[in-house]
Amino acid sequence: MAFSATTKIIQPMCINSARSPDKSDTCTKLLSPSSFLGSNNKLFSINKTISPLSRRSATVVAVSSDVVKKKKVESNPASNLLITKEEGLELYEDMILGRAFEDMCAQMYYRGKMFGFVHLYNGQEAVSTGFIKLLGNRDCVVSTYRDHVHALSKGVPARAVMSELFGKTTGCCRGQGGSMHMFSKEHNVLGGFAFIGEGIPVATGAAFTSKYRREALKEDCDDVTLAFFGDGTCNNGQFFECLNMAALWKLPIVFVVENNLWAIGMSHLRATSDPQIWKKGPAFGMPGVHVDGMDVLKVREVAKEAITRARRGEGPTLVECETYRFRGHSLADPDELRDPAEKAHYATRDPITSLKKYVMENSLASEAELTAIEKKIEEVVEEAVEFADKSPVPARSQLLENVFADPRGFGIGPDGKYRCEDPKFTEGTAQL
Amino acid sequence: MAAAVTQGIGATAALSSANSNKFQFTTRRSLSERKGSSIVIRSDGNPRAGLNQHSNSTRQLVTNAVSTKPESAAASTVSKPGHELLLFEALREGLEEEMDRDPHVCVIGEDVGHYGGSYKVTKGLADKYGDLRVLDTPIAENSFTGMAIGAAMTGLRPVVEGMNMGFLLLAFNQISNNCGMLHYTSGGQFKIPVVIRGPGGVGRQLGAEHSQRLESYFQSIPGIQMVACSTAYNAKGLMKAAIRSENPVILFEHVLLYNLKERIPDEEYVLNLEEAEMVRPGEHVTILTYSRMRYHVMQAAKTLVNKGYDPEVIDIRSLKPFDLYTIGNSVKKTHRVIIVEECMRTGGIGASLTASINENFHDYLDAPIVCLSSQDVPTPYAASLEEWTVVQPAQIVAAVEQLCQ
Repeated sequence: MAFSATTKIIQPMCINSARSPDKSDTCTKLLSPSSFLGSNNKLFSINKTISPLSRRSATVVAVSSDVVKKKKVESNPASNLLITKEEGLELYEDMILGRAFEDMCAQMYYRGKMFGFVHLYNGQEAVSTGFIKLLGNRDCVVSTYRDHVHALSKGVPARAVMSELFGKTTGCCRGQGGSMHMFSKEHNVLGGFAFIGEGIPVATGAAFTSKYRREALKEDCDDVTLAFFGDGTCNNGQFFECLNMAALWKLPIVFVVENNLWAIGMSHLRATSDPQIWKKGPAFGMPGVHVDGMDVLKVREVAKEAITRARRGEGPTLVECETYRFRGHSLADPDELRDPAEKAHYATRDPITSLKKYVMENSLASEAELTAIEKKIEEVVEEAVEFADKSPVPARSQLLENVFADPRGFGIGPDGKYRCEDPKFTEGTAQL
Repeated sequence: MAAAVTQGIGATAALSSANSNKFQFTTRRSLSERKGSSIVIRSDGNPRAGLNQHSNSTRQLVTNAVSTKPESAAASTVSKPGHELLLFEALREGLEEEMDRDPHVCVIGEDVGHYGGSYKVTKGLADKYGDLRVLDTPIAENSFTGMAIGAAMTGLRPVVEGMNMGFLLLAFNQISNNCGMLHYTSGGQFKIPVVIRGPGGVGRQLGAEHSQRLESYFQSIPGIQMVACSTAYNAKGLMKAAIRSENPVILFEHVLLYNLKERIPDEEYVLNLEEAEMVRPGEHVTILTYSRMRYHVMQAAKTLVNKGYDPEVIDIRSLKPFDLYTIGNSVKKTHRVIIVEECMRTGGIGASLTASINENFHDYLDAPIVCLSSQDVPTPYAASLEEWTVVQPAQIVAAVEQLCQ
């Protein structure tokens, strides 16, 4: 089953069994990688304008667990559940890790162990876990400043992230990046960007590399890139430019919008002419999907489709996850503008509570097993703090390293030697 | 000391602490491992100068690689005759050789593919390498530059063409924030081996926005290198060096120099990104210049020589970092410096260079440094006004005469 971007302009994701997975899609014919790098949308009828009526009737479709459950009956007769026990526990553990870690960050911040701008992810765990747990090591993740949990989900050890936040040399970026710049080459986390929108082109580039490897270098490569960003970013030029390029070249990327309705103090509705972000996908020739971002299972189902699509070379997908951040924009944000009723409403939809309920109701695991996970994570996070505390701060000699990959870039000094050969260089006391 | 440098890979590892990723002279190592007969060219051809020792002594050096004559730029004294071509063809040759050599090198830009580049630097490459390796982008500088950066982080080596350097102002976000910074903020995990190139400078009545002199805008960005080519010979050499460099490099070309004809060597050569080029040795005054102004300076030099002066002309080539060795040696010899540049006066390359020379070589100066830059105006359209915007040979002659009184 594939998303169909070409037969209808707005196509909510149809998941009921009316669409059998075997039906050959007109999509696959069109979307096979061709040498022509351009829009293949010959079937795109310009006459099919979106009448105001159809816009209203093309309802926002959320993936509901019941509907998906039905679908699962077909494909997995042994169980009518969305996940196995192992998957359930994995998802639970990842979300608990995200929550516990962020809570610890808040504690550490107020105790003066970390400084600057720290943006916490509480409440949005379903998006990170739902998507990233489906990825392999070689797939890339690009995020924004709210990136701790993306890094954790991708596999960066909690102690490396905590050390980075404490500014220690054992951090994942040697203490040089900080909260908003989490990078990991080993786990293919490509940042961590402070300016919103800035990471989207980088993600597009990583997806471009994947396509390049497959088509120009003839390597066996189906790596997928996920770009995470918020509702505010969806009004930024880089977002639109990259949607265009990704769709044009059928890049293996999924654009994941974490729509938590607020960009610091700017409500999404006050900033956006058409607040339904998923609709912007079809405008560029890719499917746009809206999903309940507080339900990890729904997110996971949508993510599976989008990622599989990308891996098959069918191009990008825009997924809008309706989610919510329980805390303020950052630890410095007094969070006075949001309506307490809104906060209370979303608190009842806490993704961790929902998953716990699902797991227990469907007897996937016992309460004891879940509590054991919570305990384990508590220890992991505490150990991370201990590790970060004990780690050394960067020495002065670290200051000038890493400015250039090739330090000859510092140039040739008056004595004819490259600056970087100056012994004082590593001490960080050299004059440049 | 050549041995010391190539051993330096080990020595610098000893200098630094355990992390072995720090000083990787990979370019140099790969040069020595390459099979073809390639040469690393020293700028002043003097085998005894300290810088010489950076090149691998087992490789044959071409001395006097740069002409010592004021006008002609015959670049080859090796036995092979070399071949003549125009500067934009030299850029293409360099690019093509690198694309042949490493399949990870790709070109990204507007109209680089089917159109062959607005100045024909990439002509024919799309036919040879395909639409993916020579990628025609939509008009979205910020995003495709960012895309190049993301591609570089994940293993490719993109060459981004700005159709005009001025368009790269739209990409400034990506160039400043990501290009220069990511290697550092990632703690050295990701390198960004992009080359950003394109024509800039004042042309013939192209109007203000197409006649920008942007070198200074990018100057302060930590983590990038900037070079400016001025002859077919150094264009090809710098293009190849920039592509091979692990650092992000901005290569400034000039709209009016693309049709310069020159004879360049047949065999492969790569120039040094950080070195300046001795154009004309002299005794009385050091004239530092780059890009198109080199030709105005050489024209002025003709007049000056007739008047009995002996200017030393250095094409600094590397706008960031400055080659303080070549420049310093010259200052120590002549004790007088004139900088001639096309950049704006305020905060320009000349301004930085003046500060740098003053800091490092103050004792050797007999007179304050004179900096001739173009006017701080948006380039006017009218031909007469445009002419007065940039430095003309007559002004250079007058400045030298005054300085050398």
